[in-house]
Amino acid sequence: MESLLTWLETQLADNSIFTLQTLAHYGEGLTTTVQLVFLSLIIGLIAAVPLAIGRGSRHAWIKWPIFAYTYVFRGTPLLIQLYLIYYGVVFVDGIQETWLWLILEDPFVPALIAFTLNTAAYTTEIFRGAIKSTSKGEIEAARAYGMSPGLTMRRIIIPSAFRRALPAYGNEVIFMLHASAIASVVTIMDLTGAARFVYARYYAPFDAFLFVAAIYLCLTFAILYFFRHLEKKLLAHLQPQTG
Amino acid sequence: MLDLHGYGPRLLEGAGVTLQLALLSLLLAVVLGLITASAKMSRSWLAHRTATLYTTVIRGVPDLVLMMLLFFGGQIGVNMITDWLYYQFDIDIFININEFVAGVVTIGLIFGAYMGETFRGAFMAVDHGQIEAGKAYGMSNSLVFRRIRFPQMMRHALPGLSNNWMVLLKTTALVSVIGLSDMVRVASEASKATREPFTFMIVVALIYLLIASVSEWIFIRLQKRYDIGYGEAD
Repeated sequence: MESLLTWLETQLADNSIFTLQTLAHYGEGLTTTVQLVFLSLIIGLIAAVPLAIGRGSRHAWIKWPIFAYTYVFRGTPLLIQLYLIYYGVVFVDGIQETWLWLILEDPFVPALIAFTLNTAAYTTEIFRGAIKSTSKGEIEAARAYGMSPGLTMRRIIIPSAFRRALPAYGNEVIFMLHASAIASVVTIMDLTGAARFVYARYYAPFDAFLFVAAIYLCLTFAILYFFRHLEKKLLAHLQPQTG
Repeated sequence: MLDLHGYGPRLLEGAGVTLQLALLSLLLAVVLGLITASAKMSRSWLAHRTATLYTTVIRGVPDLVLMMLLFFGGQIGVNMITDWLYYQFDIDIFININEFVAGVVTIGLIFGAYMGETFRGAFMAVDHGQIEAGKAYGMSNSLVFRRIRFPQMMRHALPGLSNNWMVLLKTTALVSVIGLSDMVRVASEASKATREPFTFMIVVALIYLLIASVSEWIFIRLQKRYDIGYGEAD
């Protein structure tokens, strides 16, 4: 570690912008971005499964509220949702006296809430599409075996729907990574926030933004690679047979 | 009922800016998309590679970062070019990159990459025999494009086009971050001044939903128009 730092220092010796300090800024930004994206994706994913099942429910009072939620959150810009929650929580009467304020004071939490609600809405619709496209024969076979609707859902529909949803969900993960750049608008020091800081400090737009664009590009490729690998493993039975 | 504290007209103006921005970006994106699709289908190695590089890079970088790069860096870049033109050829021009131009160019560039994929798939779905038939009738390449490939390609491209437009519409909100007075910017200023964020943000959200619903209706009409001749049996 020590030798790596000294090596970096000699490499950066005659570079006035990318000093160790600015690189540290980018590093912290990277951590914040990854935390924000990862947490919102995980929570959104967990919330989306019951929502997607409920979205296909026969009961209107379950189906329609979920439809309204996904329609509104998919139909409006994430920036508006972020503003609404970020500015909105401040003006809830008396919130500043409660313990909730201790959590909500940090812009990270409102941003996390907005991102989670947004990705949950998209993921719900992705899963819903996958559940709907389950072939009738599979469900009928489960019924013929005497499985209850709940068991059919758990053992037959959900596992196969998960697999079919994988490519679309990979896109949603990349979309979320890119959307997280707007966290910098509400003063969060994520990757884009770090780039804006470096730009403002050195007035070097190309250095600041091209560098951060390269980091995002690498992250995108990593996600793409991961999902392609996962698809290859989980969707192996759907590939055309060779040999 | 709804008290907008006199911000109503400015919000409407902002909505106008948003619409203009979205439509101009769409135009640029469609043009770039058509060029990209042709480049990707061409036999030229260079054109194919350039188009692939363009779509890969654009789709790998967040829209906000691209927008800032273009807005903050664009002026410096353009000044370098105009300075060089002035010293080399004595041509004196000045191009101002304002928020609107930066917004249109960025959004157009981003969605040009997505449109390229949409159009490529749609062009490939047009039966090759039809193009040959057109040529057999003595039509020129451009006439074949205008009368045969384009109208039939649109039928396949419309669903993708409609999706891209919906995403594009929402992306326009980002331009408020670099300072354009679109409806999001007006609403966030109004929220801070009146301390009523819910009122203004919900109004803006409703306007976005309204534009989205109207465009959905237009796309359904368009799809019907381009589907003429393809009945239920298709």
